[in-house]
Amino acid sequence: MNIELAQVSRWYGNVVAVNDITMTVGPGVTGLLGPNGAGKSTLLHMMAGFLAPSGGTVTLDGNRIWHNHEIYRSIGLVPEREAVYGFLTGWQFVLSSARLHRLPNPDDAARKALALVEMESAKDRRIETYSKGMRQRVKVAAALVHDPQVLLLDEPFNGMDPRQRMHLMDLVRDMGTAGKTILFSSHILEEVERVAQHIEVLVAGRHAASGDFREIRRRMTDRPHLFRVSSSDDRRLAAALIADVSSGAVSLTEAGLEVQAVDFRRFTRLLPKVAKEADVRIWRISPADEDLESVFSYLINRSG
Amino acid sequence: MNGVIAGISYRALLGRRRIWLLILLPLVLIGLSLLLRLLGVTDERTTVTLMQTFAIGTMLPLLGLIAGTGVIAPEIDDGTIIHLLAKPISRPVIAQTKFLVAASMLALFAAVPTFIAAYLLVNLESGIAYGFALGSFIGGIAYAAVFMLLGVLTRHAVTIGIIYALVWEGVVGNFVPGARKFSIQQWAQSIADQLSSSAFFTTEIKLSFAIPALLIVTIGAVFWAGQRLRSFSLTGDE
Repeated sequence: MNIELAQVSRWYGNVVAVNDITMTVGPGVTGLLGPNGAGKSTLLHMMAGFLAPSGGTVTLDGNRIWHNHEIYRSIGLVPEREAVYGFLTGWQFVLSSARLHRLPNPDDAARKALALVEMESAKDRRIETYSKGMRQRVKVAAALVHDPQVLLLDEPFNGMDPRQRMHLMDLVRDMGTAGKTILFSSHILEEVERVAQHIEVLVAGRHAASGDFREIRRRMTDRPHLFRVSSSDDRRLAAALIADVSSGAVSLTEAGLEVQAVDFRRFTRLLPKVAKEADVRIWRISPADEDLESVFSYLINRSG
Repeated sequence: MNGVIAGISYRALLGRRRIWLLILLPLVLIGLSLLLRLLGVTDERTTVTLMQTFAIGTMLPLLGLIAGTGVIAPEIDDGTIIHLLAKPISRPVIAQTKFLVAASMLALFAAVPTFIAAYLLVNLESGIAYGFALGSFIGGIAYAAVFMLLGVLTRHAVTIGIIYALVWEGVVGNFVPGARKFSIQQWAQSIADQLSSSAFFTTEIKLSFAIPALLIVTIGAVFWAGQRLRSFSLTGDE
């Protein structure tokens, strides 16, 4: 099944949260990537029928999503907020989901869904006793209980320990391979890279990039990087670095060197080699602009 | 009406500390009756005053507020309502179910104790016990609808509900005769008056006004709540 967004915008008063986005989310796993505040949740809520677009249309195989409760036969939603009925046990919670879907065999469906997220052993405990990761898994089970064709997950890996995270990632990947349409939002590139075949990047409410993750990864790593380096002899290291084409600019500051690397890969190989040859000992190297915001703003400036 | 939603709603209402709020007021009412009985004050006039000022005048709106907002407002606040809304169930059905849960709680915690309290004082004399129990039952239904709607409309449902119940119905209703016409409490008393033949109990609002008013308010509030739930929006934290 396909979720289609056509020129979708959403604004709150004068603030534009999502600006003129057109995209199709089809079978397989799609990662919705962007820094916090980029409008990922707003977009996801519109796809889930929990927000009306201010402009444009959001449809599921041609059917309008807003004001249409029938879509939930095909959609499973895992919201970001961890709130679940704490007084219910995991079993009761997932079973209630199966019953609300009027499944012919709710007990079976609930058992299967809990097994999928490996929550059978804790299923008879009240949800209020669960850890954050367990709550997340029980929410996923409730969303999967009716075996939906479309699964929407808002920041699903938050709060999970590494093992649980890997498990959910495998689960999501398998479902994508099985032909389900899966979209999940994340602000962590590595997370998206591991699971999604396809990435949509959202920055400041705008659709900044779309495509295969390798392509986007390359565009992100091939930008000029700024490094701070301190060493036993900054001046000699600077001279050696500037001789190579991978360094765009080298400046000598009181805190050490600032190196603008234009070819990231080449630079990372070059630096240790050059240092060794010049007999300079490197004390510290740190990226000066590695935060996601600067990566994203580079991307959007390039695409815009 | 959806059984699964009703089940969860009952557990949410009864399983928490809220149940003590629901039990406390009826206990006070029955306690007062017992006290008056022990003191030998079991006349009709006292009973009617107790019923008017406490059972219908104070307890019913407060319980209405607790049960009416309690069936839905906490779930909207913490986001658990999404579990119910993201299902192929029409939203008006969800609103109707929540309303029925609240109304049944009021029948149990307001109408029944009202009957017991009146019965303890005057038995079935002059139809006071039946009258106030019925008034409380029907008034409770209207309160359940109105306060549930309030819980859907605003995050300040409890504050606004208290202002309505205490300021509008309590203070303004006592001093401004026109305001009394638009008070669920007064309509409930009109119903009570139909079964009661007590000379100490008179009401101003005619039944021909009270019944249509109760119907319009109840049906209108449940309908409106259903429509609001259809457009329930998650406005992200972003």
